[in-house]
Amino acid sequence: MSSTAETHPPAGGHGHGDAHGHDDHAHGDHGHHDQHWFLKYFWSTDHKIICMQYLFTGMFMAVIGGFAVYVFRMQLAFPGMPVPGWGRVTANDYNSLVTTHGSVMIFWVAMPVLIAALGNYLIPLMIGCDDMVFPRINRLSYQIFLISVIVLILSFLVQGGAFGGAWTAYPPLSAKAAYNLTPMGSTLWVVAVALEFVAFLLGGINFVTTLMNSRAPGMKMFDVPMVVWMIIIASILFMASVGPLVAGAVMLIFDQQIGTAFFDPARGGDPVLWQHLFWFFGHPEVYVVLLPAMGICAEVICVHGRKKLFAYKTVLYTAIATGIISFFVWAHHQFVAGIDPRMANIFTVTTLIISIPVAEMVFVYIATLYGASIRLTTPMLWALAFIGEFLMGGVTGIFLGASGADIYFHDTYFVLAHFHYTFFPIAFIATFAAITHWFPKMFGRMMNEAWGKVHFWVTTIAFNFIFIPLFLLGARGDHRRIYDPTHFPELMRAGMQDMRVMATVSLLILIAVQFVFVANFVYSIFWGPKADRNPWRANSLEWHAPSPPPHGNFPEGLPNVYRGPYEYAHPDRGEDDHWPQHEPPPEGAKA
Amino acid sequence: MSFPKPIATLREATGMPTGRLAVWWVIASEIVIFGGILGSYIMHRLGHPEWAHQSIHTNTWIGAFNTFVLLTSSLCAVLAHAEAEKKNGPGAAKYLMYTTLGGLTFLIVKSIEWTNEIKHGYTITSNTFWSFYYTAAGLHGLHVLAGMIIMLIVAADAKKGKELQRVENIGIYWHFVDVVWIFLFPLLYIAK
Repeated sequence: MSSTAETHPPAGGHGHGDAHGHDDHAHGDHGHHDQHWFLKYFWSTDHKIICMQYLFTGMFMAVIGGFAVYVFRMQLAFPGMPVPGWGRVTANDYNSLVTTHGSVMIFWVAMPVLIAALGNYLIPLMIGCDDMVFPRINRLSYQIFLISVIVLILSFLVQGGAFGGAWTAYPPLSAKAAYNLTPMGSTLWVVAVALEFVAFLLGGINFVTTLMNSRAPGMKMFDVPMVVWMIIIASILFMASVGPLVAGAVMLIFDQQIGTAFFDPARGGDPVLWQHLFWFFGHPEVYVVLLPAMGICAEVICVHGRKKLFAYKTVLYTAIATGIISFFVWAHHQFVAGIDPRMANIFTVTTLIISIPVAEMVFVYIATLYGASIRLTTPMLWALAFIGEFLMGGVTGIFLGASGADIYFHDTYFVLAHFHYTFFPIAFIATFAAITHWFPKMFGRMMNEAWGKVHFWVTTIAFNFIFIPLFLLGARGDHRRIYDPTHFPELMRAGMQDMRVMATVSLLILIAVQFVFVANFVYSIFWGPKADRNPWRANSLEWHAPSPPPHGNFPEGLPNVYRGPYEYAHPDRGEDDHWPQHEPPPEGAKA
Repeated sequence: MSFPKPIATLREATGMPTGRLAVWWVIASEIVIFGGILGSYIMHRLGHPEWAHQSIHTNTWIGAFNTFVLLTSSLCAVLAHAEAEKKNGPGAAKYLMYTTLGGLTFLIVKSIEWTNEIKHGYTITSNTFWSFYYTAAGLHGLHVLAGMIIMLIVAADAKKGKELQRVENIGIYWHFVDVVWIFLFPLLYIAK
């Protein structure tokens, strides 16, 4: 399968005589001994360091996004009262805060953590090679991402403050400073988003090329762990969908700063064009972040359920089908934007169709759980919660995908609660599953299980207590972009304000319990019990490397692969319920 | 600067060298960027037949000359690749320089053309046709410029006989930039 000249015996050195001097590079961590700490942690080309850079930047941005939601939820629950840590929230503040929350959580938390950090960490380790194929482009990708973070943060400081036109940036609100009141912030926001796209395009090309060309000898298409497949499919989806929005971003900046009229109907433009460009990217983007989360669940459920993944190929083909269909659903965001009703019919049908592959994945995971010997470890709890909570998000999406019901629900808190039931499980629940599962590999130590479970239960319960009231509020017509509901008597009917307070109080609990996670995370990095190579007794290749893996990943030589990643409880293995991918078959048996 | 390549870079499970594979993915992502802006333009153009009164002022002959220049430069990129296949680094570098010169000619002609149009009052803000005209051609021009810079770097290495596989990779990219122009030329110039 691998056509290169290299041959790697399972243990002991490389048969590698190329003249590029990379043998040094592949052997353990030498060559990096006497590096300055700045070069090692900030200028590194090692995929694991770049993962950490993305991970910690993403966590930092989650603090910003979390602070924003704290301030504007306080305003909604207690309108006009000064918010501790912020003061009185003006209407402009409110707009900037909701915009910041939305764009930060999607572009600067979900994307960098789920795709960039995990992709960087897992792809080379799980396919058994020493690094990404383009380590310097990988470094450049993070550096561009970091610049986008800095531009976004600086936009808080310019005249008028950070962009206040919502994360979807619909013109004319986003295009005219007279409407959004953030003349500089709006352009800086578009620039930051565009830079972020460039960073992920570079990263995505690296990921896809790495998987295609650099798999360990013996690793066939269906021996690739599902999470790697999912990250790759997500990268391709991102690449194929983001282009029109890059073009749209250029057009929007010209509208804002030069005075063109791409989106101005009075001068021959069309504001709905932006909505098409945005959602042509924006809806596949949902699946860009969903698929890695689904992949994480597949890994965690199999390892902690000690069972082979049910219907590997079905999951793979389903994921590809989801990706393709996701390009034909975008206009369900625009049912009330004045699109042709015949087009709305078509998009209703496609939107309902896409729930089939997603439901199929959920069924496959339930089938995997059937008859599994489940260990309720912290990562397993998160993975199980992901399936249940995401299901709620998917089911409520059916109402919104149907154009008739959507006309009533559009832009209410029902929509907001729906997509938080998809994005919170994706960006937080699945991410926590991943962090708790791969923590021993990343840092060489175990996290505390008891505190992990406290964090899990409080987070999950508080999350539901935030958004179930918001579903009910939305069904009663509460509009999602209102700064002060007390101005609207129809939004102050009996019980409505109580539900807003309930959501906000639950949010405060949710935020508070994240400190338990941070404490557990930081404590465990330095003082947790040492982890061996394979604390979960998992099959995939990353567990064959030392914890944490050194530069070059596999000091005993890059592994060969003999079987798929999910051979748990194999009848030939007797008492040993796992069968690592790199372990050669017993003497006399056929490979 | 020499950088020790990891083993990952040298593996070829697909049978295609890593660099060339990545160039194809770059082009795939570029296709959707230009697809987005050209798709938007075509939809607008169909809805605004009166833009014909604007597009009549673009200069088809200058556009045609530039098309000729770009196609010739692509031929040089092919010749550079042929030299690289023969392991003739300096030869490949020479043809890459000719390609770069083609790009430079293209940009010079374009700037003369734009100067004229702006002098006659057709600026990026005068009408949405002109907004698309300058934005789409400008985005393409940036790709020409980026290609030229990369080409000079590749040529400098090729001259010393290093990294000759990059000659083909930059050539593929250059052909793509050419093809984008082949779409832009009829859409912005010929369709009056």
